[in-house]
Amino acid sequence: MTGFLLRRLLILLATLIAASLVVFAVLQVLPGDPAAIMLGTGARPDTVAALRHRLGLDAPLALRYLRWIAGLATGDFGISYTYSVPVRTLIGERVLVSLPLAVLAIVLSTAIAIPVGVLAAARRGRAADAAMMGVAQVGVAIPNFWLGLLLILLFAIRLPWLPASGFPGWDGGAWPALRALILPALALGLPQGAILARVTRAAVIETLGEDFVRTARAWGLSRRAALWRHAVPNALVPVVTLIGLQFSFLLAGTVIVENVFTLPGLGRLVFQAIAQRDLIVVQDLVVLLAGSVIAVNFVVDLVAAWLDPRQRLAA
Amino acid sequence: MKRMLLALAAGALLAGAGAAQAKDTLTLGMVLEPPHLDPTAGAASAIREVTYANIYEGLTRIDRTGAVQPALAESWSVSPNGLTYSFKLVAGVKFHDGTPFDCSVVQFSYGRAMAPDSVNAQKQLFEPIAGIACPDRFTAVVTLKRPSALFLFDMGWGDAVMVSPKSAATDKTNPVGTGPFRFRQWVHGDRVELERNPDYWGSQPKLKAVTFKFVSDPSAATAAVLAGDIDAFPLFPAPEAIDQFRADKRFAVHVGTTEGKTIVALNNARKPFDDIRVRRALTYAIDRTQLIEAAQSGFGKPIGSHYVPTDPGYVDLTGTYPYDPAKAKALLAEAGVKPGTEITLMLPPPPYARRGGEVIAAMWEQVGIRAKLVPIEWAQWLDQVFKRTDYDATIISHTEARDLDIYARDKYYFNYHSDAYRALYQTYVQAVDPKAQTDLIGALQKKLAEDEPNVFLFALAAVGVADARLRGLWENQPIPANDVTGVSWAE
Repeated sequence: MTGFLLRRLLILLATLIAASLVVFAVLQVLPGDPAAIMLGTGARPDTVAALRHRLGLDAPLALRYLRWIAGLATGDFGISYTYSVPVRTLIGERVLVSLPLAVLAIVLSTAIAIPVGVLAAARRGRAADAAMMGVAQVGVAIPNFWLGLLLILLFAIRLPWLPASGFPGWDGGAWPALRALILPALALGLPQGAILARVTRAAVIETLGEDFVRTARAWGLSRRAALWRHAVPNALVPVVTLIGLQFSFLLAGTVIVENVFTLPGLGRLVFQAIAQRDLIVVQDLVVLLAGSVIAVNFVVDLVAAWLDPRQRLAA
Repeated sequence: MKRMLLALAAGALLAGAGAAQAKDTLTLGMVLEPPHLDPTAGAASAIREVTYANIYEGLTRIDRTGAVQPALAESWSVSPNGLTYSFKLVAGVKFHDGTPFDCSVVQFSYGRAMAPDSVNAQKQLFEPIAGIACPDRFTAVVTLKRPSALFLFDMGWGDAVMVSPKSAATDKTNPVGTGPFRFRQWVHGDRVELERNPDYWGSQPKLKAVTFKFVSDPSAATAAVLAGDIDAFPLFPAPEAIDQFRADKRFAVHVGTTEGKTIVALNNARKPFDDIRVRRALTYAIDRTQLIEAAQSGFGKPIGSHYVPTDPGYVDLTGTYPYDPAKAKALLAEAGVKPGTEITLMLPPPPYARRGGEVIAAMWEQVGIRAKLVPIEWAQWLDQVFKRTDYDATIISHTEARDLDIYARDKYYFNYHSDAYRALYQTYVQAVDPKAQTDLIGALQKKLAEDEPNVFLFALAAVGVADARLRGLWENQPIPANDVTGVSWAE
């Protein structure tokens, strides 16, 4: 087990270094100068040069990379070019929007998808199954930004129950903040839930056909007991793996959904930082996101191992 | 359970309605979030749209009509040769950080903008200044190297505001000015909040607090105004939704003007755009009225030179090259440009460029010019088009006020070079007599229309949507600003 963890940690570190190198290199090739963007079309070249110097952009490439990495290693993420505040503060503020949003979306999609998937599997081939999978098929096809706009039209304008956009912050209490996250979480979570429901259904159907389920039935277990006690737990391994994979998709999805709902989260920050060539923020965020995806995959592997007794015993 | 949810929703609704009844706060929508809040260290219009006249003040200020008004200088006199400006400063003014305002602050603020390491985006505004003297605490005497017709106007720009020596370095995140509102907080990515400054030297504004809320998505902006989350959206990003607001009594629609001179910039250094016949032909080929209709939902005023109709000394030159495809074809043939010639047209993100590009390509197609449309993001536009001038043509709106000087610069991205224009411009900025100034502004516009270095299209409109009970919002944008000092709610 210790060897397994150590190997994982090494892979994590190597991936982070590779990610940092790639993003740094790509941003150097990308045309666009943050100083020129900040000063606009009226500025004279000497003013742009003065600002480049002030931002430290005139230092050699290798030096800038090393400065950045050395900073990261000591927990210093640098200062945002455009906002002039520490990147750590910026990310800290925005994680408080994106993380609750992603968690809410996962909880919603899982809470809907697993019962629907199991039910559809239990009633496979019947009308209920067809109806549920039909809806799921539509859900898979709907892009989340469009779903977001539909939700705004319905629940913010036609029925003014929830705010159309924006985020009041957590200072004003949990409920106003959560209200602002409900529609984005639905827009983000429902398409994922649709995929998850289909995978759950397929996995449960597969296990229902396994010998041990037939044996359980032969022992006299009811259909329901066989389904819930034997089929579902065994079907969970691929489902949990998928939830882990979906977490990465959700992080990517927040870029779009947060823009539709103008939520001040990490996704919107990365979008704006790229447009503004706020290079240091983009670099930090890419490394951070790469790190969290790897971390989540690691946790998923652990959960999958724990769910599958064969893997548990082998470890 | 269902009933409980309904009750909760109803409660939330009532709470929301209660807040709107208070009527001494304002939530104003903006498309772009400012990168920071220091107008002396960045060009973004959004900085001025939050801070101008609300937080910061300069010696002079520009009012809603574009005229120069006294601000921190209550009056001034100009020497007959136009080289010495004596400003009488308002006494007893304090910055939000408590620093008193006097002549030394003028020296500090202008000196900072003129310094070699200055990062002022409009450093050239200060270029005429030779020195600033303080004969007494509340008199500032600014001497110029040469007369400058626009000096008082220029000192009213957001880039020329007074900053406190104590807090100038942190203005980006914690802006400190002398204005009627002071900074309360900035929730990055969402809003900036200002509150009334009880120690303001002038008359108190009616609003107790103002929130600037940032919504970039046009559908989201429409939704937020309809839902009442935003009271006013002065530069509304969804022109197609305007009819819906016009039909709704709860809202008022304002159509004003901006300084945005929208043009097809041509690379005058590159063939075939170095040929005046080609540039004129490309203009003859465009039906401006139809373009405005198709690309801007009909909002915008045609222009025939690099000057907008609302500015002083405007000459209507839209008739110089009227829509005439036959003439365009003839000119192109004369210049040896074969039908089917392909040129690339760079389109930065704003809708006027992306939608306008489609329309212009179709119009040019009619005269045998194939425009290859290349969508380009803003950062790349600044690098490739603006800095390296590696382009054929691009659609862009120049939003700086009265910027006829860009055609007189040594190196500017459309590579227009005319000694005659430069001489004329020098005569204009050094003219002291107002009548002569006006005549020269006319002459400059005519010279540009004659040379047609770029295809002049239209002035961007300021299309705003607001709660019908709001009074005192600016309808025009003579400079980028949301001056809310005179805004109030009708009873």
